[in-house]
Amino acid sequence: IKFGGFFFKNCHNDYKMKFSLDEEFPDLSLHNNHMAKVLTKEIYGKLRAKSTPSGFTVDDVIQTGVDNPGHPFIMTVGCVAGDEESYEAFKDLLDPIISDRHGGYKPTDKHKTDLNFENLKGGDDLDPNYVLSSRVRTGRSIKGFTLPPHNSRGERRAIQDLSIEALASLDGEFKGKYYPLDGMTDAEQEQLIADHFLFDKPVSPLLTCAGMARDWPDARGIWHNENKTFLVWVNEEDHLRVISMQKGGNMKEVFRRFCVGLQKIEEIFKKHNHGFMWNEHLGYILTCPSNLGTGLRGGVHVKLPKLSTHAKFEEILTRLRLQKRGTGGVDTASVGGVFDISNADRLGSSEVDQVQLVVDGVKLMVEMEKKLEKGESIDGMIPAQK
Amino acid sequence: MASSFSRVLSSKRNLGILSVVGGSVTAGFLLHREHLSAGPSVRRLYPASAEYPDLRKHNNCMASNLTPTIYSKLCAKVTPNGYTLDMAIQTGVDNPGHPFIKTVGMVAGDEESYEVFADLLDPIIKERHNGYDPTTMKHPTDLDASKIHSGQFDAKYVLSSRVRTGRSIRGLSLPPACTRAERREVERVVVDALAGLKDDLNGKYYSLTQMTDEEQQQLIDDHFLFDKPVSPLLTCAGMARDWPDARGIWHNNEKTFLIWINEEDHTRVISMEKGGNMKRVFERFCKGLKEVERLIQEKGWEFMWNERLGYILTCPSNLGTGLRAGVHVKLPRLSKDPRFNKILDNLRLQKRGTGGVDTAAVGGTFDISNLDRLGQSEVQLVQTVVDGVNYLIECEKKLEKGQDIKVPPPLKQFNKQ
Repeated sequence: IKFGGFFFKNCHNDYKMKFSLDEEFPDLSLHNNHMAKVLTKEIYGKLRAKSTPSGFTVDDVIQTGVDNPGHPFIMTVGCVAGDEESYEAFKDLLDPIISDRHGGYKPTDKHKTDLNFENLKGGDDLDPNYVLSSRVRTGRSIKGFTLPPHNSRGERRAIQDLSIEALASLDGEFKGKYYPLDGMTDAEQEQLIADHFLFDKPVSPLLTCAGMARDWPDARGIWHNENKTFLVWVNEEDHLRVISMQKGGNMKEVFRRFCVGLQKIEEIFKKHNHGFMWNEHLGYILTCPSNLGTGLRGGVHVKLPKLSTHAKFEEILTRLRLQKRGTGGVDTASVGGVFDISNADRLGSSEVDQVQLVVDGVKLMVEMEKKLEKGESIDGMIPAQK
Repeated sequence: MASSFSRVLSSKRNLGILSVVGGSVTAGFLLHREHLSAGPSVRRLYPASAEYPDLRKHNNCMASNLTPTIYSKLCAKVTPNGYTLDMAIQTGVDNPGHPFIKTVGMVAGDEESYEVFADLLDPIIKERHNGYDPTTMKHPTDLDASKIHSGQFDAKYVLSSRVRTGRSIRGLSLPPACTRAERREVERVVVDALAGLKDDLNGKYYSLTQMTDEEQQQLIDDHFLFDKPVSPLLTCAGMARDWPDARGIWHNNEKTFLIWINEEDHTRVISMEKGGNMKRVFERFCKGLKEVERLIQEKGWEFMWNERLGYILTCPSNLGTGLRAGVHVKLPRLSKDPRFNKILDNLRLQKRGTGGVDTAAVGGTFDISNLDRLGQSEVQLVQTVVDGVNYLIECEKKLEKGQDIKVPPPLKQFNKQ
């Protein structure tokens, strides 16, 4: 249950404290998600009286995980943050979840941020006969506002206003235009769909149960540059989702544009005293704990018809710290042997580190594919665990 | 078991009794329960004008009535349970509606919502319930089934008869707002009372979390099982939270009296049977309801009710009697007559498909029920259905014989005092 109230008591949570811990503890007996694995009565008991300054409570954090028991094979996170302070107030729950999700990341670990594209080696020579397109995305949250599960219409509109102002000041290769979801013409909508830029109201219950689709499409929109190679989503699952992309295999260029564009945008937000949410332990703060750290997913659409049917394909991906998806994105199947290959990690390694893994890993897999085409073995090429 | 609730709610129950006796004094008293209130208002960071929803493309009762002035007046208010205006209207903001179908667009999170947000709910109630003015009118309650006459329909036409309503347990928040503890308490209170029903009402409870596969299959075959709401009208109001925790179905052994627990309301009560004996269906309905009420009162609980709004339910469209009495009736000729809809309108009836709301009719068989809920009593509404369905059957018979039919004059509505 969400509030427009700020910095004051959460009346509903105070009322709830009259009921006992046992009576309020959720039934998670059929659940399989990170939250359900971590949340004990003890932790719940410790956290249930707490509220962040904006009024977000542990029940708000876990509602999506209670409502979506999960799947035996796919482990969802099962919780969200409502504001920057959630990660502190509910540490007792979120730290173990973060550790499970991010390869044992400890509460004392520090996350490295590196958006210096010049540190990336290579990446400009992925064979375009195999690598059809390259893309890097991340999210950013704007300090001083609560996050999509919790924010009010007033906040969301303020976020949009600030974003429009920041994006409008970009020029050169970043000169572009904003299309508000509730204000675009039919022609604009058609074009955005044809370009595969338009995002729609979330239908996934993972998101709707967390309250992220409230007041749709109020203050939601899409901005992109004239070249259609740099795209920003405003107020979807995060305050901002930033995407750099282009056809072909020049990941180096995609990453350069990504880093330069992000930094330009950040400067403008900072001037308005609303920089991005970041800290040295968790990196960039986003709505879903799975996107902490870099929030970065750098990937390619690549043709690997032979390699993808090889017995060792999954193992190769795991060792390269990569994941596969269908070309429709998360939870889709691949079509015609074309896969979306991207970094698996988000937290504990930098942007440069993660894109480097993609560049190096994809290069290797394309070489493997070529070998398999010639009928040769790839056994000698299987990499060690990165 | 109910100990924490006894302490919290003992004063609520006293207030409940007072509200049956008193009137506006009680309303004031309800709003000043210091032991539960964290303060009369929620302080907000943004002014009302920055938070006012964009309703330009909306067609629902909330959007028609929520002016910036009313929003500004109510947006910082909060019920003693912590429910706010933004929560109440969220479903209407998220579901703009349809040009032809005007939904309500707002829910109540608790009994007090109808007081705290009266400036918005009263005009919505007036619009939805044909001019019923909650500020000046009283709603009559009458569950004396003996008053129904001519309540047995020709079974050649009427395939089944059914009466449903809802009841809310005073002192516990409603489905959009209830906590898991409150929902579980609703389940306990109601299941406990139902266990006391005897004779033809003796039955069994099937919890959604615990029923066996066989039980589930049987309930599906009987068309009793309800599922997690998928309609965004309900999910955006928060009614599907924590599903299926504390949800369940109770029915008597004869399968003619059925209760849903914690779906869209605390309870939905349904009496039904095959054939056209609406009188008997209503008799069972009234007897069952009164018995359940007696049993919960023995334990110190009661239903939410007051004399201006009748029975308090989650959706303002179900206030008053919360009653929908209907039949599945074969009207293949009449339904093709161009005067069919006008006849229904004048008889204060509505048609639905045999799958329920928002379904189509199959083979000339319609679900025909009362349009009204508030401002007339249960007896009056059921009699309206009885008279109306009898008239429709007469029309069908006439058309069978090649005779002409007449559109009846419009029924007089409740007395606007």
